[in-house]
Amino acid sequence: MKRPITRLAARFTRHSPPCPFTNRQVGRAQAIHKKSRRAPLVRSLCGAALKILSLLLAVTIISFGLVTASPTDPVGQYILGLGTAVSPEQRAEIADYWGVGQPPAERYIAWLSQLFQGNLGESAIFRRPVAEVIGQRFANSLALMLCAWILAGITGLALGCVMGMYQGRLPDRLLKKLCYFLSSVPAFWLGLVLLLVFAVWLKWFPIGFSAPLGMLGQEVTLWQKLYHLVLPGFTLSLTSFANIALHTRQKLVNVLNSEYALFARARGEGPLTLLFRHGLRNILLPALTLQFASFGELFGGSVLAENVFSYPGLGSAVSAAGLQGDVPLLLGITLFSALFVCVGNGIANLLYGVIDPQIWEVGK
Amino acid sequence: MKKTNRRKKAVLLAAAMALVFAGIYACGILIPEQGVAGSFLNAKLPPCIEHPFGTDALGRDLLLRTLKGLSLSITIGLAASAISAIIALLVGIAAATGSKGADSLINWLIDLVMGVPHTILIILISFALGRGLKGLLAGIAATHWCSLARLIRGEVLQLRSQPYVAVSRKLGKSSAWILTHHLLPHLVPQFLVGLVLMFPHAILHEAAISFLGFGLAPEQPAIGIILAESMRYLSTGMWWMAMLPGLTLALLVLQIDKLGECLGMILDPYSAQE
Repeated sequence: MKRPITRLAARFTRHSPPCPFTNRQVGRAQAIHKKSRRAPLVRSLCGAALKILSLLLAVTIISFGLVTASPTDPVGQYILGLGTAVSPEQRAEIADYWGVGQPPAERYIAWLSQLFQGNLGESAIFRRPVAEVIGQRFANSLALMLCAWILAGITGLALGCVMGMYQGRLPDRLLKKLCYFLSSVPAFWLGLVLLLVFAVWLKWFPIGFSAPLGMLGQEVTLWQKLYHLVLPGFTLSLTSFANIALHTRQKLVNVLNSEYALFARARGEGPLTLLFRHGLRNILLPALTLQFASFGELFGGSVLAENVFSYPGLGSAVSAAGLQGDVPLLLGITLFSALFVCVGNGIANLLYGVIDPQIWEVGK
Repeated sequence: MKKTNRRKKAVLLAAAMALVFAGIYACGILIPEQGVAGSFLNAKLPPCIEHPFGTDALGRDLLLRTLKGLSLSITIGLAASAISAIIALLVGIAAATGSKGADSLINWLIDLVMGVPHTILIILISFALGRGLKGLLAGIAATHWCSLARLIRGEVLQLRSQPYVAVSRKLGKSSAWILTHHLLPHLVPQFLVGLVLMFPHAILHEAAISFLGFGLAPEQPAIGIILAESMRYLSTGMWWMAMLPGLTLALLVLQIDKLGECLGMILDPYSAQE
């Protein structure tokens, strides 16, 4: 006989047992409960770490498999990048170094063991170790993404609050239209429009790059770097803030329609007091979690923004690597982006456990 | 005369939009190749009566190219989102009705696909399949099923805990019978609305990937390719090349979003009577 699914279903069975669980099951459940009570944070941390490791390992397998399946010849691309003619012996040497002719599984293991030693190979386009290229480019990308991330978070939250407070009235409807419009417009097109208006017509901002042309890296001032960051950063933030604003609005509407908000209003609290005392406390956590969980979109958006503004970050490097068949760089950046997203998701998960007082209660 | 209610309005709106949509598609298909081939005599013309969107550097009419590009986008978007919606449906049902192991495996798989930024994953897949249409379709289909699969999984889990499913199981019905009679009918609105809402995403990704140079070949009239070309002429002040095709794409996407909303209102039994 099948075990009853729910209590209600149990009523329909002719000989329903008094308790649907056996003693052993109850004992096990109690043991698990005790264990989870003892160290919930450590357990969840271990679980998260294990999951991240398994995901990253799977990413290495999949990306390596995809690159191996590609019709692009990495050896040929590498030699093309050298720019000089090579003798057949040299070619054979390079092919040997790349492991041509060996089965893919063997090559994968060799690559993975090199990876664990910190060797990501040499980039065919930049003629430098991949780790070095990624490090340098990531510094640029990080500045861009951080600017966009903070800008999107603050404007999204502020606009969401405004929309929630004016729920159903003119500001709300206008801003909602704007948010829907922004989320259904291609981000790189917005970048092109901004470039056209502010760089070509008004000449307020430079057309691209992270520093003025013809200057040495050491001479560029922080101010110049920031000046070059404004347009790409703004473009990147436009893609993600609509999402945060709409979520915040929904949350705030829920809070303001609740009974405790009604009571607070009856006590004579004005809209701003209401927002700061009851609204923000409930909104901040989901907004923050959403912010950290948006790392993937941020990275994907930066690929486009960097290409529009010729900004020398990871995003423009990955599209160049893909177009020119630079396999080591492509693999390196893919892994790096997966790590980046994993860190963001991990922080989002932890934030829930650390900040939310409701989860503390369960933990105790 | 009786006032039309919201449901009727929604049906009418959906029909009108579907019509416009089909019109754009037909336009793109019916425009012959010669119509797009231009002459150098009228290259780089700003928008005028003869060429409402202006012409590009090779003298091709941009309105015709945009329309052709949109119909191509619609085809790709439709195919890719249909494939990924079917994947999502299968995966969602398997996750929710299968064993616990299958459920956690599929959750892990969803986390895996969500763990790599979509743009990068599409670039990788397109690189693996040697660029072009095939890689684009496979890439978009492989990355877009996750959120819908999660939604369907949640829905099936909730449906499975309903008393009528338990009763039906106790009455000796097989899992397949329960799936087709109790679960699938509930999933139809979710599935259709999810499909329509996935569509703009697929189109936007198609344009973005073509823009980066991984999608269609440069001679094909895709929106992403027109925009990538326009980058080169931006500093010379050819604003119409970037502005108008992108705006058309944005309008199309907005319209599809609206269509999805209307469809949701018509199909969802909870809001159908509002």
